[in-house]
Amino acid sequence: MHELSLVADLFTIIEEQASRAGAKRVTKVSVSVGELAGVVPELFRSAFQSYKKGTIADKARLQLKMVKIKFKCRNCGHELTTRNIMDESFSYVCPACGSKDMELIAGRDLYLEKLEIET
Amino acid sequence: MGKETKELLVLEDILGSNKKIASSIRKKLTENGILAINLLSAPGSGKTSLLEKIGQKLKNKHKIGVIEGDIETERDADRIRKAGLPAWQITTHGACHLEAKMLAQIFDQIPADLDFLFIENVGNLVCPASFDLGESLRIVLVSTPEGDDKPKKYPEAFITSQVLVLTKCDLLPYLPFDTDRVIKEALEINPHLKVFKTSATSGEGLDELGAFLEAELKQRRSQHA
Repeated sequence: MHELSLVADLFTIIEEQASRAGAKRVTKVSVSVGELAGVVPELFRSAFQSYKKGTIADKARLQLKMVKIKFKCRNCGHELTTRNIMDESFSYVCPACGSKDMELIAGRDLYLEKLEIET
Repeated sequence: MGKETKELLVLEDILGSNKKIASSIRKKLTENGILAINLLSAPGSGKTSLLEKIGQKLKNKHKIGVIEGDIETERDADRIRKAGLPAWQITTHGACHLEAKMLAQIFDQIPADLDFLFIENVGNLVCPASFDLGESLRIVLVSTPEGDDKPKKYPEAFITSQVLVLTKCDLLPYLPFDTDRVIKEALEINPHLKVFKTSATSGEGLDELGAFLEAELKQRRSQHA
């Protein structure tokens, strides 16, 4: 359960960006969450709701966009996108060439994509 | 007075501040020729016991330091000190993982002439995987009593590690733990994992692990010489 410390870092970025843009208020916060970023969306939301009180984003809505996990085969370059890495049936084998050498290239990141602000 | 709504494109990494601090820690450690090793596992899988034993093996030839991450208490650091190794305790007061900034706060206490710096993360196989501490090597531990189904349940820890250490292997005769299954699953997730079967009680596998760490230290120093 580390969502609160992530939300604290998120608010550092929000306040910095909002003040640089001369915002009076932040009305919407859009965050992209990798499926393998170790973030539970519900916990992130509730941490956001309690953290936003008294900040410039007091009334802001939080939009979470989930980003799928993507592997790239180191052998043939084939890219494989999946949501269900936790699924028993998921296999870490390249469907194109059968290589087991798959590199994780997306799904671990957590990004503040954009803000909607009032100036 | 009209208010204007507009969209601001940000695209900033929320883990960015941690990554920045971790990179600067990694740079300093590498410059000083220190091999930093981040140990990840569930609580009670034997991180501290492994460190006591491996530390004793390495300390005759090398200078070793240990950072202990726990939610509360100095207990683990005390155990390491009793084993004759310098230890620094970080208590996270509730946080379930170590972050680079926690290391940065005690970094000036760490001697610059160390060979190995072991960082024992908070016992948790989930959250610590997301936080780079500036280490050069990440070891994930699975103990035999925990069960052999861990790799696919906690894939991030296994994907981001370079070494898998199975601990408490002296208990294998008494447990329904399928060593081959764990290794097979772990290698399916990350075929580059180096695997060691160990026991801090019987001493099994500790020489091999120690020799591997020494070889890593030597190789990394020659790369940065």
